[in-house]
Amino acid sequence: MTVAVAPEPTAQDVLAAGGTLKSLRDTWVITKRNTLRMMRIPEALLLGMAQPVVFVLLFAYIFAGTFTVPGGGGSMAYREYMMPGFFAQTVAFVTAGNSSIGMANDIQRGMVDRFRSLPISRAALLNGRAAADIVQNCLVIVVMVICAVVVGWRIHRGLGHAILGFLLLLVLGYALSWVGVLIGMAVRTPEAAGSGNFLWLFPLTFLSNAFVTPSTLPAVLRFAAEWNPISATIQACRNQFGNPSLMQTHTFPMLHPALVSLLWSVGIAVICRTLAVRKYSSVGA
Amino acid sequence: MPGAIHAEGLVKEFGKVTAVAGVDLDVPEGQVLGLLGPNGAGKTTTVRLLTTLLRPTSGTATVAGHDVVRSPEKVRRAIGLSGQFAAVDDRLTGRENLRMVGELYGMRSRAARDRTSELLDQFDLNGAADRRSSTYSGGMRRRLDLAAALVVRPSVMFLDEPSAGLDPGSRLMLWEAIEKLAAEGTTLLLTTQYLEEADRLADNIAVVDRGQVIARGTPGQLKAQTGNQSIEMTVRDVARIEDATSLLLRFGKAKPTVDGDSGRLSVAVDGGANLLSEVIHELAATGIEIDDIGLRRPTLDEVFLSLTGGTPANSDEEKR
Repeated sequence: MTVAVAPEPTAQDVLAAGGTLKSLRDTWVITKRNTLRMMRIPEALLLGMAQPVVFVLLFAYIFAGTFTVPGGGGSMAYREYMMPGFFAQTVAFVTAGNSSIGMANDIQRGMVDRFRSLPISRAALLNGRAAADIVQNCLVIVVMVICAVVVGWRIHRGLGHAILGFLLLLVLGYALSWVGVLIGMAVRTPEAAGSGNFLWLFPLTFLSNAFVTPSTLPAVLRFAAEWNPISATIQACRNQFGNPSLMQTHTFPMLHPALVSLLWSVGIAVICRTLAVRKYSSVGA
Repeated sequence: MPGAIHAEGLVKEFGKVTAVAGVDLDVPEGQVLGLLGPNGAGKTTTVRLLTTLLRPTSGTATVAGHDVVRSPEKVRRAIGLSGQFAAVDDRLTGRENLRMVGELYGMRSRAARDRTSELLDQFDLNGAADRRSSTYSGGMRRRLDLAAALVVRPSVMFLDEPSAGLDPGSRLMLWEAIEKLAAEGTTLLLTTQYLEEADRLADNIAVVDRGQVIARGTPGQLKAQTGNQSIEMTVRDVARIEDATSLLLRFGKAKPTVDGDSGRLSVAVDGGANLLSEVIHELAATGIEIDDIGLRRPTLDEVFLSLTGGTPANSDEEKR
């Protein structure tokens, strides 16, 4: 069969299509675009960061006095205890919120159609989404750290350990971005994505060791809280930062929190990313 | 030889709903095909199938020689798509939007920058190039969207309802841009519900209703297909109107309608232009002076309504 062969687009201007290099570059272009979008509405960015700050202040000055941390230290010790919890919770809310709403928005506004009609790798749009979330997470963590220092939180084991702790938070954030991407594609409207997030993010972050010790919980909830990826990450951060941990159980995740946190994050990222890429290539089909 | 766009028995079902029910199309290189149909006829779904956004349930299609199912990447490299809802990033400027698309096509930064400036010029967007596209008017956004589809000079362009929701001035500007593309030899497939648009832009028209092509041809052929041509004339001297009426009676297939006050007559005919010249000849021979005479063909609107039975499918256009 003879077919009409169309001229390829102006070849000298075009990088070889396909291949890892093109795919990386596509991801970079989309990351740039998403970061630019974020910066274009600075008030949304600022308000988004102000919310966890307000919570930290409320907890630090209202609740901290009523909680006691074994080993003494009073409200100061509780503030150090709660901060890793806030770090993890904020990272979870920011990434999952961002990626699900961003993705749903792109579908609703036809941007996904635009991108899918271009010769770019299937994963580039999604990778660019998750990568932009990392940028935003770094910003958010900086703001939260400043806020934490103001209320009396400190690191006690040196910068190296602290950096390890923050890296675990970023990896967790990356994994949860993919959950958000998946949700955004499933619900298709940013409004639904926004309210849908509360359904899983609140239980996920509160049914953990973020603000209370799981040992006070009934057996089933306690098991869930101890195996919660958020708990492992928080516990690991407390260890790395040298903050009090209230650890009274000797379950595996609480004994090896960094390992468990990493395994959770990698597992979630791999599974959700695979599902998301598959769903992306058939979205709207 | 199959054309730049070629589809055979294209079917797309969404669950129990059949959006496209066996569409055959062939658009030779450099031609413009207008896909004309009411809301919900399956136009958008057809475009989405041809641009690799959807997989057909059955049937085959090639675009620019590449199979849409087997080599979607190659199809994407050869096409430009301007969708029903102008898909430009509202928070980026016009310039940033075009550069992004250029870079995603794999153009090097400098090439993307140069091409962006060219397109901004061409689509008269220079003044607004560095403003966020959310501040653009509907017409400007449409032009930006069209420019985005043209970044790599695609050989095949798909335009899904390009002028939907535009004011007449913006529509005219867009039409001129599309005509320029066609003149440069780009193969175009455009969907529209505006008959005027199809009439003006398309070489060939496929009328789509309920997922099927129910008629095809050039705008002229489609108009001729429904018959109902008529000769209309105005006599100068109202006193001769009786003579003119009896003359028309010999040529028409029905009784002429006569307006005695204005001297205007009209009669349905079958013969087309040849018949018109005979009528003029006869009028001259019998010495009836006329101010105005013409062969009036049915408008595409009339054709369309008669083809679709005057009851366009009322469901909303399928967006999936």
